[in-house]
This record gives sequence, C-alpha cells and structure tokens, in this order.
Amino acid sequence: MTNADKNRNQRLRQVKKENARRFKEFKKAKKRKIPESEYVTQMKNQDNILEIDGLHTFFYTDVGTVRAIDGVTFSVPRGKTVGIVGESGCGKSVTSMSVMRLLQEPQGQITSGQIRFAQRKENRAIDLSKAPQKVLEKVRGGEISMIFQEPMTTLNPVFTIGRQLDEAIQLHTEKMSKKDIAAHSVEMLKTVGIANAEGVYKMYPHELSGGMRQRVVIAMALACHPDLIIADEPTTALDVTIQAQILDLLRNLKDKINASIMLITHDLGVVAEMADYVVVMYAGRVVEQGTVQDIFHNPSHPYTIGLMKSRPNILGSEGDRLYSIPGSVPNPVDLPNYCYFHNRCDRCGKECEGPFPQMVQLSDTHRVACYKALENQKEVQK
Amino acid sequence: MKQYIIRRVLISLVVLFGVSIMLYALVRSMPSDYVTLSTSTNPNVTEEMRDHLREIYGLDKGIFEGYIDWLLSALRGDLGESMVMKRPVSQVIAEYAPITFSVSLISLILQMLIAIPLGILAARKQYTKTDYIITTLVFLGLSLPSFFFAAILKRAFGPYGLDWFPIAGMLNARVNYPDGMTWAKLCDYFTHLVLPISVFVITSLGGMLRYTRTNMLEVLSADYIRTARAKGVPEHRVIYSHAFRNTLIPIVTLLGSSLPALFSGAAITENLFGIEGLGNIGLRASQMADVPYLMGFNMLLATMTILGFLLSDILYAVVDPRVRLS
Amino acid sequence: MSEEMKNDQTAASVDRMEELEENRLFMTPGQIVMRQFLRNKLAVFGVVILVAMALFCFVGPLFSEYGEAEIFYVNPETGVEVRMSDHAGIASAVLNAKAKPSAAHWLGTNEQGQDVLTRLMYGGRISLMVGFVVVAVELIIGITLGGIAGYYGGKVDMIIMRIVEMFVSIPFIPLMLIVSSMLVGFKISPQYKIYYTMFIMGLIFWAGVARMVRGQILALREMEYMQAAEATGIRTSRKIFRHLVPNVMPVIIVMATMDLGSVILMESTMSFLGIGVGIPYASWGNMVQSVNDNVIMRQYMNIWVPPGLCILLVVLAFNFVGDGLRDAFDPKMKR
Repeated sequence: MTNADKNRNQRLRQVKKENARRFKEFKKAKKRKIPESEYVTQMKNQDNILEIDGLHTFFYTDVGTVRAIDGVTFSVPRGKTVGIVGESGCGKSVTSMSVMRLLQEPQGQITSGQIRFAQRKENRAIDLSKAPQKVLEKVRGGEISMIFQEPMTTLNPVFTIGRQLDEAIQLHTEKMSKKDIAAHSVEMLKTVGIANAEGVYKMYPHELSGGMRQRVVIAMALACHPDLIIADEPTTALDVTIQAQILDLLRNLKDKINASIMLITHDLGVVAEMADYVVVMYAGRVVEQGTVQDIFHNPSHPYTIGLMKSRPNILGSEGDRLYSIPGSVPNPVDLPNYCYFHNRCDRCGKECEGPFPQMVQLSDTHRVACYKALENQKEVQK
Repeated sequence: MKQYIIRRVLISLVVLFGVSIMLYALVRSMPSDYVTLSTSTNPNVTEEMRDHLREIYGLDKGIFEGYIDWLLSALRGDLGESMVMKRPVSQVIAEYAPITFSVSLISLILQMLIAIPLGILAARKQYTKTDYIITTLVFLGLSLPSFFFAAILKRAFGPYGLDWFPIAGMLNARVNYPDGMTWAKLCDYFTHLVLPISVFVITSLGGMLRYTRTNMLEVLSADYIRTARAKGVPEHRVIYSHAFRNTLIPIVTLLGSSLPALFSGAAITENLFGIEGLGNIGLRASQMADVPYLMGFNMLLATMTILGFLLSDILYAVVDPRVRLS
Repeated sequence: MSEEMKNDQTAASVDRMEELEENRLFMTPGQIVMRQFLRNKLAVFGVVILVAMALFCFVGPLFSEYGEAEIFYVNPETGVEVRMSDHAGIASAVLNAKAKPSAAHWLGTNEQGQDVLTRLMYGGRISLMVGFVVVAVELIIGITLGGIAGYYGGKVDMIIMRIVEMFVSIPFIPLMLIVSSMLVGFKISPQYKIYYTMFIMGLIFWAGVARMVRGQILALREMEYMQAAEATGIRTSRKIFRHLVPNVMPVIIVMATMDLGSVILMESTMSFLGIGVGIPYASWGNMVQSVNDNVIMRQYMNIWVPPGLCILLVVLAFNFVGDGLRDAFDPKMKR
C-alpha cells in the first residue's frame, strides 16, 4: 500500500466516524418533541409567501460532505413565479426537497438557515426547517404542493386516478362527504383540461399518456388550493407541444387560485415565459438573482452570461456554433470557500482567488455574487 | 394473456411427461425392488414365489414396457395400487391428502400472518435494532435443521420435558372419539399439531419475510411514495396503504408457487411427529420402492406446481391493475 | 489586464482546482463493497463463526489424539479407561458408551463409545467439504447451461429451461433415497459413497443456478447500456467477459454463499435419514440421529445437541454472509 493510499484510508475512516456521530445525534434530536415556540416565527416581508434565509443543506457521504445547498437566500413573493435555474447538480432540486422536508434522512440534513412560510389560514408564519412532522403533513399538499419531473412514475400504479385525487383532497379538508370529494376531484380533472373527466377518474395511471398524467399530477397539486406550488422540472419529460400546454395551464391556474410558483428548471425559455423573478444557482450557491428583465437583459455573473450565450438562437446565422461554457461543475464534495466558477470563468482575475464573493446589490431587485460584477455589467452593456 | 397461459400449460404438460419418465426410470433402476425389500427378512419365501409376486405387481416387465403400461392406465385415471398401503393409489391420496393439506394450510396462513407484518416492520426500520433482531431471528429459523429443531421441541415440551404437548400422532390413541367432529376431539388435534406446525412455520418463515422486506424497501424508494408524502399523507398510511398495495404484487405471486407445498407437506417433520400424511407415506414408499405410489404422489405434486403457476398469474392480474386477463 | 496575464490567472486557478481534485477522497469499488459489508454487523459475525468453525474442524483434530472412529472401553473394576489400541486391556473391559462429559471426553462419548468432540470435528470437515464441492459442481453446470440459455436464447433456451423445470419438479428427498439405495445396492463403500452423493447433489441443484443466471443475463440484455455496448460493435468475448460476467458475478457470489448453507442443511438431513454419510464416518447429521433413541433424547443431550448447534451455526453464518454480500453489492441498498 502506498503512502497516499494509507493517508486516504485514514481520512476515510475519519469521515466514517464523524458521520456516525452526526447520524446518532440527528436521530436523537428527531425523537424530541418540538415546542411551538421553536418553529413559529415572523416573515421579514409580509408580501412574501416563502423566505429562504441562509439555508444550508448538507449530504454526509462516505467520501465526505456534499454541501448541496451552501447558504442560499431568496424569497418567493405572494402571487408571483420565481424561476430557479442552473445546471444539473447545482442544488435546485435539493432546495425544493428542503422546503418540503422530503430529504433522504439522516444523510441529507438541513444544518442551518430558515425556511419561513406564511400560513395564511392560521395567520402565522412557521419555519419549515424546524417544524415537527405533524405540522409538515398539514402543510404538504395543503398549503405547499409539488409537481414532479417524471409523470410516468409519480402516480401510484395500483390506485385509480380518482382514489389518489380524493385522498389529496380528503387529507386537507374537514367535513366533506365522499360524494362531494369525488365531485371536486372530477371538477379538478376538468379544470386541468381533461375532456373525459368522469372516465379518467376511474382509470389507472398506466392507461394515460405522459401529458395526461402530468395534468393529473397538476390537478392533484392544485386540488386543495395551495398558496405555493413547487414545480420541479414539470415539463422536462414531456413532448415540446405538450410542454407549452402544461405551462399555459399552470400559469392560468396559478392566477385563478392566486398561488405562487417556485419553478425549478434548466430551461431558460421556460423561465423567460413563466417567471417574474429568477434565481441562478451554481454548485449550491445563488450566484445571481433579480427580475426576469434584470437577468435576461442585464446578466452580470459570468455564469449567467454563459448560460444566456449557450441558448440556441433562431436569429443567429446558420452555422454559428452553439456556445458552451468550458469545463464542468466541480465535484461537490468538501468544496472550499471560494468562487467555484473561477476555473471556468473567462474573466477570472487576481481578486477571484479570495473567499466566496459577497452579494453585490446592482439595483433594488438585482444582486450578484461576483468580484467583477460591476465590470461585467459595463462590458455587457457595451 | 389467455394465449400465454394456454402455451404455458401445454409446455408444462411436456415437462410433466418428462418428469414421469425420469421418475419411473429412477425408481425402477433401484437395485432392489419392492418384492426383495419386503420379503428379505422372511426365509420361507423362495425365489419362485418372489418371481410370482413380481408378476402380480407388474415388476417383471422391463422399464420401458412398464412405463408404457403405467402411462396408459394413468391417462385413463387409474394410478395402480400402492404396494405399501395395499390399496389403490388414488384412494390413499384421497384419504391422507386432507391431513397434509390442513396442516400445511394452517402453517402457511400463520406464516403469512407473521412474515408480512414483520417484513414490513423490518423494512421501515431498516438497519436499526428492530431490523437486526428480526433478521437474526428469521435467519435462525431458516438455518435450523428441521429434524434437530423437532427433536429440541420434543425434548423441551414433550413428556420428557415440560410435558405440555404430545409428541406423536394426530390423536390420543387411548381415547375413543366418535366419528364426527367434537370439541374435545378438535382440542386433541390442536395439542398434537402445535409442535409440528411450529416446526413448519419457524423453519420456513424466513423466505417470505425476507422477500417482503426486500420488496418493501424497493417500493419505499419509488417516486410515487415521494408523491404520497408530498401530498401530506401521514407516514403510517404511506406505508400501509400506498407502499403495501405495491408490495402485495410480488407476495401474491409467491403464494401461487406454494401450492404444491400444501400437498407435499414436509415429509421429515411429518415423519418425526408421526403424522400420517402424504409426505410421510412418500418417505416410506421410497424406502420400499413402491413404484405406483411414488409415481402417483409425485405426479400430483408436479401437477400442483403447474396449477400453482396458473394461480400466480391469475392472482397477479387481480392485484396489479397493469395486468389484465383479456 | 493583458491577455497574457489573464491566461496566467486562469492557469493558476485551474491548477488550484486540480490540486483540490487530487486531494479528494474517493473509494474504489472494492472499498465500497467492503465498507458496506463491514457495516453489517451480522455479516461480520457470520465471517467470524465460519473462520472459527473452519479452524475447529480442520485444525482441531491436530490437537486431539483420538481417532474419528476410535472406540473407548472402560475397565469395569478399576473404572480406568482403555483405548482401542490397547489390545490386552480391551479383553477385560466393557464399552465406555454414553459417558458423561469429563476431562478426557469434553462432550462425553456416544452410544458406541466414541468421543463426541472428536467426531464433531471430523463431522464438520465432511459437512463443509460437501458444501463446497456441491456448490462448485452446481455452479459449473448451472452457469454454463444458464449462460448458454440466456445468451443464445431461442430453441437452445427453450430446451435447457424445460430440463431445468423437470429437475426442479422432482422432489428432492425421495430422489436422494432412491439414489442412496442404488449406491448401497451397487456395493459402493461408505468412503466413496460420500463423493457420489456430493456429485449427485450438485447434479440436482444446478437447475436453480441455471435459472437465476439465465434470468440475470436476459435482464442485462434488455438494459440500455448493454444495447449501447452492442451498438459499438464489440467482440462477443469482450461482451461476455467485460459486460455480462461482472454484472452477473455479484448475484452468483451471493447465491453460492446462501447455497452453501442450504446444501449443508440438506446433507445433514440426508445423513440424519441415514442416506448420506454412513457409519463409521461422522457427519453432524448422522450424529443427531442418535436422538431417535428416546433414552438418549432424554438423558444424553451432550450427544445430540452439539452437532445440531454446529449445523445451525454454520448455516446461519453462511446466510448472514450471503445477505451481507447481497446488500454490499447492491448500490441501491447504500446508506
């Protein structure tokens, strides 16, 4: 065995020991009854439905800690759509799973930060990252609902569509008769544009196409009139023609029930079409955030600029090569605290060697984490 | 689906045919036949008498000829006469099958009632103390040689130990019971069957429990379980409604395949506890080279295997909406 | 900033990333499997039992001066034990049968006056050996035929699978009874009988392996990565050894481990019924057989309980190890 191997094995053992300790602590903490005072909190801004504040979600693996979300802060205003963009592995989905508290525990843990959510019905705000299971079960599906990426597998194959819809409604409404619930389910199916609603109500998931299933999933998500809808790549698995229909549907329904949407996608086209605000993530951090106009007309982080450039452009002349950002996302294990993009960045300078850059406020709505933000902006404006 | 089943049955018939040939050839190629084995201790029997007996039993014919004879009469529904029991094979089977069947069925039901809930529990608590304890107990049962376990139980609970249960037979021979079923008789059956059924259940529990656990784990990582949680379904309902219905699919198919075991019983356990069942008789029959009984019994089992397969398919279609018999 | 300086900067930062990459922790596939396996306490316990048992059976006899079939006598007047080699002493001695555990015979002697502990060691040799030989035979036949059936499919598959079904539907115990009586009938000495029995057991057990290997290969062929490999036009041998074998291997290893347990169980059952390993050779199964004597069952538990426990322990250990390996190989089981 070489020295390097020995060293590596020693470090592996150390990681193992630390993880074991962490898991034990986590399990112990889980058994504790959480008093209301610990999770009831105040929203910073009453216009927001969701405020994520300094969120850290780590995954403890055999080869070290993956800082999947490393200090993410953004908020979702009431009735608005916030798009979260980034390459795969940048922490978009983990953000949504953290909000829903559906992380694979105990490997995945929220280690610090707050997820404040305004409970309209109860007229209070709670910190989802600390709320107990009972409260979470009420929030999930009732006040925050989720639409997943893969419609083919998100529905339980052995239950009818009707039963699955009924269940969602029944869980979050009190004193509703079976008949009323069924009627509401059929109504929901009609709302999401399913023509043969009564028929589909009795069908099993495998009898429907992918687009139809995604409609059912949306119906299920909207059935209890949630305040926030988390859509995790809702159209990625669908045909392009269906994609547009589903997005339209989502937008219209959202306005109808005055909900907010947290839209997770890697498709900038979808963001441009749907979102009011955009959050750009890279390797577990927010690198830039702002309104759609800010991001699309005035991208200021080299990564965002790269993303914009790598979009296919119909107006571009034929034969133009599609731009691609050189290099790839860094391995997320045990990343040190500096700008992870600097090795892919064509504007990287001396100052970029320092710690991870602070957020620079470019305007009221526009913030970016880059040492050269102002410089970049000028360049783009030219 | 129908076509598939028909094809399956036809293929199975071919397999049955092959099995019968192999079996017949094997039994007949035993170096000593029933006549030698049953008369070897009687010095008065001469070689001529033996030959005469062989003629009566049809053992004078060659293997090939004998097989054709057996096949032709079997196809007509006549399985011949058991040499050991001195009665037609079909009668022997009809008389003793209910005993084996009821013992095995009770065991199977108990096994399910224990294995499925514990399997689910072990999966839910994967890698915790509970899981380890269940796994250890299950593997202990799985690794117990049934003859050794039977001996231990007999020693511990039988007349030499705590004297809680009788250790042989189905009924107390000293009591004269009337023909019908009375409460006292049922109780007597029960006390006689506690130990053998414990052996059956404990030594075969493991397979089903592990199977349930593995499938439950697989189902629990499925997307639709995440959906259910995201809908706000309480955890116990996620497990017992959403996940369980999906775990049921493979378990149900397992049930079909245990059909033959209901008739074969566990020959050794039956033997050790003196239960006169099909398996026990089969054990004696093979010691005595009883060709007709062995053929009849084993063909019954092979047929049950095929029926079990069909049953699995049908049950599968019942629990899994994705499969429809049309 | 000049173009050159900028390039330097980028180069420096790339270096830094590379350094980070080099320092990064990683685990080799072997290490991952090992780690997962060691995490399973029961599996580790299984390994410990197996090692201990192997030492007991194969090294143990070196420390015992008693022979496997050695019979002990005792002088009824003096109460002094007489060994079989002492021809003069035997004349006036009686069989030292069913002796209670003592310093000379830790587990006492059996009804034939043989040392139970010594027979336990030799019996274990037989049991373990039978396990390994039978599994080897079943693997060789099973993998070959199952592999052929799965790889070539079509008519070959059809024929092999029907044969497998035939083997699976023949009940095992009657079959072994018949085979055993044949072996006796052909006057094969007990010493060789065990080899025949092993071979025949292997011959019967292959069907399960073949079925599993075929199933695995069929499933693999459907996998997209296999189709991708096929699309690159690689050689058949490479396809089999680089893609199919490594993917089937874990399943085979797990199955073989579990089968070692069930073969030992089967062998002990056969020996118990008197159709496996015969007198004078010891096997755990035929040692438990003494329990059929009601007096021994009641009063001499030292004769029949230890071999039974040995079977239980070894089979249990193989099951634990097999289960641990299955979890270790399965990336989905990761915790």
